[in-house]
Amino acid sequence: MDVILFLIFAAIAVVCGVNVVVQSHPISSAISLIGVMGSLAVLYLLLGAEFLAAAQVIVYAGAIMVLFVFVIMLLNAGAEIRHGRALLAQVLGIPLLFTFLGLMLYFVQHMFPGTADVHFGGFTHGTALDVGRALFTQYLLPFEVVSVLILIAILGAVVLAQREMD
Amino acid sequence: MTGVPLSWYLILSAVLFTLGVAGFLLRRNVITVFMSIELMLNAVNLSFITFSYQLKQVNGHIFSFFVMVVAAAEAAVGLAIILTVFKNRSTLNIDDVSSMKN
Repeated sequence: MDVILFLIFAAIAVVCGVNVVVQSHPISSAISLIGVMGSLAVLYLLLGAEFLAAAQVIVYAGAIMVLFVFVIMLLNAGAEIRHGRALLAQVLGIPLLFTFLGLMLYFVQHMFPGTADVHFGGFTHGTALDVGRALFTQYLLPFEVVSVLILIAILGAVVLAQREMD
Repeated sequence: MTGVPLSWYLILSAVLFTLGVAGFLLRRNVITVFMSIELMLNAVNLSFITFSYQLKQVNGHIFSFFVMVVAAAEAAVGLAIILTVFKNRSTLNIDDVSSMKN
C-alpha cells in the first residue's frame, strides 16, 4: 500500500515538475507547480510529517501560489519568446545537468543502499504538538528572528511595489 | 509489511531539484525562473523530512518550516521586484534586463 501510494504521488510530482519546465506559458507552469506541491504534501504525510503537510498545502499551494498567479494575471504575461541566445546554455547545460543528477543518484545509492524502510506510522512525532514544542523551546530564538525577517519582507514588498522610479 | 526504501524519497528529491535547476538555467521568463527556485526549495524540504524520519527526530521538520517561511518572504519581495521591473521596462524576459552586464 505504501509503495503504491508513493509511486502514484512521486509520478505525479515528477510529471508536474517536468511540466513546470517545459510549458511556455507561465500560468501552465504555476498550475503544474501546485500539482507538485500537493503531491509532496501527501508524501510528507507518508513520512509522518502531518503538521508540515498541512502547512505545505496552506502556505505553499495556498498563499505563495496565489501570489504567483495574481502577479501573472496582473502583468498579463504571455507565452515566452525564445531568442535562441541561450544556445551555449542548452548545449553545455543539459549534459552537465544529467551529470549532476547521476552524481547525486550515485551518492544516494552508496550512502543509503536500501536498508531502511519507510512505512506509514513509523514516525509519529511530527504532529503540531511536537513541532510546536521544539519550535518554542529549543528553536525559540530562530523563530523570533524569522518573525522580524517576515516583517522586513512585508515592508520591503510594500515599498518596492508602490515606488515610482523615473 | 513492506515499506518504501528510504533512498527512493532521496532520489525523488534529487530529480525534482535537477528539474528546478534546469528550469532556472533554461527558461527566459522571470516568473518561471522564480517558480523553478520554489521547486528547488520544495525538493530540499522533502530531503529534510526524509532524514528527519530516518533519524527519528523532529529537527528536520523545524528546518523545513523555516525554509517555508523564508520562501514566503522571498516570494513577496521577489514578486514586488518583478512588478517594479515590469513597470519600468515593460518586459518579463531576463535577457532584456541586462543593464548591469556592461
